[in-house]
Amino acid sequence: MHSVVLFAAAFLACSVEMVEALTIVLAVAVTRGWRSATWGIAAALGCLALIVSIFGPALSHLPINSLRLVVGTVLLIFGLQWLRKAVLRASGLKALHDEAAIYEENVAQLRAKGERSEHDWYGFTVAFKGVFLEGLEVAFIIVTFGGTQRNVGLAALAASAALVVVLIAGILVHAPLTRVPENALKFVVGIMLTSFGIFWSAEGAGVAWPGSDASILMVIAFVVGIAVGLVAVGRRTHVAEVASQ
Amino acid sequence: MKWLKRFGSFWYDFIVGDDWRIAVGVVSAVAIVYLAAHRGFNGWWILPFAVAILLSFSVVRLMRDRLP
Repeated sequence: MHSVVLFAAAFLACSVEMVEALTIVLAVAVTRGWRSATWGIAAALGCLALIVSIFGPALSHLPINSLRLVVGTVLLIFGLQWLRKAVLRASGLKALHDEAAIYEENVAQLRAKGERSEHDWYGFTVAFKGVFLEGLEVAFIIVTFGGTQRNVGLAALAASAALVVVLIAGILVHAPLTRVPENALKFVVGIMLTSFGIFWSAEGAGVAWPGSDASILMVIAFVVGIAVGLVAVGRRTHVAEVASQ
Repeated sequence: MKWLKRFGSFWYDFIVGDDWRIAVGVVSAVAIVYLAAHRGFNGWWILPFAVAILLSFSVVRLMRDRLP
């Protein structure tokens, strides 16, 4: 059961980040050419693979309870940050992530840089940064989720599956993937990260969950309840804010 | 030195983000659960409860600032 949820969480998180990276890469490719964009992607993916291959196996040598305590705590802080933003977006208190607008903004900035030389370092750097920074969150999730479950391979497989799906969609559409329900996916990923963070950090601290592993479902349901409740309150606040303007 | 500062700032933004109180609250709650568990108390409900409070306070604080 854990493996299914682990795969789903890594797949969703990777999809969301890859959609964002694709927007940046497409903006670079359209304005500066595919050559610099491709080199940027390759270099970033190489760095990310290196990070996962170094930290993934290293984590497997640590005692499982200490690992769950530390990784679970970091994951919980990280997950709550995602969930907080997702709640604010869903209630209208924070602007929704709009890939079309981000794409246009990137294209305008890249065009403003003017002429490109034979080796377009500007295009390379923008593509590299986009893929590396978005991918770093994925690498973090793969290493923490995979390491804590002693199954980095499964998390990496989920990330690879998401990469293939997003790449195929990107090639077919040849435009920013605006139809992907990115904000909803981020909400789900925030809930997964927070729930696993609670579960693992408590387990690492020495807690015995009632119902053992199955209690992760109760934790997820609990976190969903809090998030949905906060969205409802947030929407009322947003309506009051708009009415007062 | 500048590089080190930027490196630290990147990881701070990456993990902790906009509200440092959540990070402090989570670390404190985990410490309480750890101490309780090592004194024979199985406080499995403490972390979910702490998360509910921390997230609610963080979001509600922002809402209060936005209201006229």
